[in-house]
Amino acid sequence: MTDKFDSRVIVDSGTSISDDGMKEQIRVNSSQIDTTPVFDLDDVSVFYGDFRAVRDVSLPIQSREITAFIGPSGCGKTTVLRCLNRMNDFIATARVEGVIRYRGADMYDSRVNSTEVRRRIGMVFQKPNPFPKSIFDNVAYGPRLMGMKKKAELEEVVERSLRGAALWDEVKDRLKESGLGLSGGQQQRLCIARAVAVEPDVILMDEPCSALDPIATARIEELMQEIKDRYTIVIVTHNMQQAARVSDRTAFFTTEVNDASDRRTGVLVEFNPTEKIFSNPDDERTEQYVTGRFG
Amino acid sequence: MLTYSDLQGSRRQRRAEAISRRLFQGAALATVLVSFLILFVLFRGAVNFLSLINWDLSLLSDNGWFPRRERFDLRTIFVGSVVMGSVAMVVAGPLGLGVAIYLSEYAPARVRRIVKPVIEVLAGIPSVIVGYFVLRFIAPEIVSPVFNPATQNNMLAAGIGIGVLVIPIMASVSEDALAAVPNSLREASYGIGARKFDTVVSAVLPAAVSGLVAAFIIAVSRAIGETMVATMAGGFDGAGLFEGAYPTNRGLTMTAAMTNAVGGTDQDVGGPSFEVLYFVGVLLFGLTLILNVVGNRVVNRVREKY
Amino acid sequence: MALTTPAASGEDARKIIVASLHRRDRDVRGVILASLLLAATVATLVVLVTLLAQVVGESAPYLADRGTEFLTTPIGSDPDKIGIWSGLYGSIGIGIIVLIVAIPMGIAAAIYLEEYADQTRRSTQFILVNIRNLAGVPAVIYGVLGFIIFVKWLAPLTSGDTVIAAGLTMSVLVVPIVVITSIEAIRAVPQGLRDGGYGVGASRWEVVRDHVLPYAAPGILTGTVLSLARALGEAAPLIIVGAITGFLPETTLTEKFTAVPILIYRWSGQPQPPGSEFSFTAAAAGAGIVLLVLVLFFNASAIYLRNRFEKVRVGQ
Repeated sequence: MTDKFDSRVIVDSGTSISDDGMKEQIRVNSSQIDTTPVFDLDDVSVFYGDFRAVRDVSLPIQSREITAFIGPSGCGKTTVLRCLNRMNDFIATARVEGVIRYRGADMYDSRVNSTEVRRRIGMVFQKPNPFPKSIFDNVAYGPRLMGMKKKAELEEVVERSLRGAALWDEVKDRLKESGLGLSGGQQQRLCIARAVAVEPDVILMDEPCSALDPIATARIEELMQEIKDRYTIVIVTHNMQQAARVSDRTAFFTTEVNDASDRRTGVLVEFNPTEKIFSNPDDERTEQYVTGRFG
Repeated sequence: MLTYSDLQGSRRQRRAEAISRRLFQGAALATVLVSFLILFVLFRGAVNFLSLINWDLSLLSDNGWFPRRERFDLRTIFVGSVVMGSVAMVVAGPLGLGVAIYLSEYAPARVRRIVKPVIEVLAGIPSVIVGYFVLRFIAPEIVSPVFNPATQNNMLAAGIGIGVLVIPIMASVSEDALAAVPNSLREASYGIGARKFDTVVSAVLPAAVSGLVAAFIIAVSRAIGETMVATMAGGFDGAGLFEGAYPTNRGLTMTAAMTNAVGGTDQDVGGPSFEVLYFVGVLLFGLTLILNVVGNRVVNRVREKY
Repeated sequence: MALTTPAASGEDARKIIVASLHRRDRDVRGVILASLLLAATVATLVVLVTLLAQVVGESAPYLADRGTEFLTTPIGSDPDKIGIWSGLYGSIGIGIIVLIVAIPMGIAAAIYLEEYADQTRRSTQFILVNIRNLAGVPAVIYGVLGFIIFVKWLAPLTSGDTVIAAGLTMSVLVVPIVVITSIEAIRAVPQGLRDGGYGVGASRWEVVRDHVLPYAAPGILTGTVLSLARALGEAAPLIIVGAITGFLPETTLTEKFTAVPILIYRWSGQPQPPGSEFSFTAAAAGAGIVLLVLVLFFNASAIYLRNRFEKVRVGQ
């Protein structure tokens, strides 16, 4: 897929290093992509003001896999997730230490435009948040922002995205109706379609099913498995079984008491293939969590 | 691998983003400029006025406000503002507070739905029309028959008019203060068997008192800043001898002194009778600013508490 | 009654409790308080009604006689023949300038403060506090500001004491109100809406343009309407800026001006000339009706808009 909106694959042969030093590593071959991690977190801590919310996170996120972040509440998993598309920029006191690399580039480098980051790394939120617009306009919003104007093109993208979110058959006859008229599960799939429409590289999901009933949850989990060969997915979930069902690798976070203040700091305990986390984890704390001894 | 230029975003978008940010920021900063300009204009003019009267401060305590004769008795205008403001608060305080307590604690929803918009309508009535109302009704039909003042237009009649104008702001801020009192407090009071009177008087009002004080202060500030009613119905036509603080006497407020410095066909722009506009403006601005700052501080503290 | 033995106390207790539950509560203080509060409310309503009655009462015969001519005739010296056209021209001009200048500026400042500025910085809080203070500054002070800045300093732009200077003065007066109401409207926008926009890679300006502003539009509109009503009703700043209260030969944008509230101010105090059928105060009442209708229409629409859109929001 190398249409003009897809710049995930950068094939560039022999561009010279230009004077302003903007171009660094250039040469890339598309077949090589899938072995380098999409994200590489190196000793990352996130602060809100002086308070360290999560510390010492180092892990790679592999391409075209589903990585789950699990752990008790307050362990920083959502905080780390939101760093991956710079959503924490909107919190004035938030500060990231350490390096987060996205495909080799330091995401928090001053040259990086956070809007561009979010175009490539989309997000689906805990509470479904479709725009108060029609279903069609919801999905078409992103492509329109990127310059797509022709009706035929937009219709194609909308259909493709809705199919990709397993929603097309249910809404194809009512694309002009408001997105808010759908059920919770449908709204969340609409949000996924909306995210997919801009053909991102990565989709981040922040507890996407916690507001949904079990049947809608199952549909979304099914969807995640279907789309993971096209997008890298990172999902935060408080539901261990969901992580076990759905993900390829799992990161377990927990909280520890912060000596400086009364609040607890999150820390990454273990990051391993999901099967290992749930059957034979390395760390005792992980084992206690997944077996339910503390929750 | 990605390059940093890939992550920069399109130039067009970056430029649109920068332009829109600058525009909005400019608008916000312009408001700061307005404050600065107000201070500058007022103080420069006040200093100019003082230099025109050769810094002869004795002129500021001559008996009576006769700007064209270079008599600028501050006492006259100050007492005028205070007395009219006090009369206004005697009217607006109880009525505004009463409406607020009634709407907040007693009124059934149906009544609330009618009364609240009515208060908002009252809030929208321009002050000139209230001035007209004072001249044509309050002064001749209410104040004169009851109090038999020396002149039909006096501080009492004008003060009542200002009070009418200020009732809505008193009622509205008071109601906010009462609404900020958590329902759990009322429930606790009823829960131990207290009656409505006790709940309102002993539980709700004390909890809301700082907000009510803030409402009062803000209302006073509005009353002091009111110009048209004071100008139209205060009794003086721009100048007058200090008649004392008794409300049925005529009075001149700071605001009326300002409008009168400007009005008239014998405008003496550049001369002390005109330039006193800025001097009185400084006094008025300072007074209302202090009242507003204190009032807003109290309101914010109430908001934080709950 | 002594509640000593269990059997006795059981029956006696029952009697006491029943008696106290049935007691007709002679809550005198409660009744007095409730009556006082109701009286205060009724008194306020009565005041409003009396005011309206006075204005309507004195203007009715006058307006019945003059008809629509009242709206199209300029001011003059004979109450039987004057009209408010000069004032209407000025007031409409002021309204248009306020719409063009103050509303966009106020909305822009609100957008900056709520969507772009760093809320934790003191400078942002300072701007906010400053705006709240500006909202409480007496109108007459804005008149002084307008006189120096727009009539004198910017005379080449405004031609001195003209409708343009008056409109700009009223714009400055009204901006704080627009900012404050717009901020409230923007704060009511749910964060999830913004997240959805950012989540698909929209820029801050795009999120504001496509999501925040449309959602906040009703609230902002309400603020706009309220500010217009305020701008049309104020007289004090116009006096300082130089509104004409006497004879006005012609109405243009670059000559001297007047406005409807100024006419009311002037005519309320003018004695009836001998030989004329109507008094100036009747004309003042007539002008008052026009102003009231205008201002009350704006205020009522603002209230209606706000209520209607609140229902839509909640319904959604």
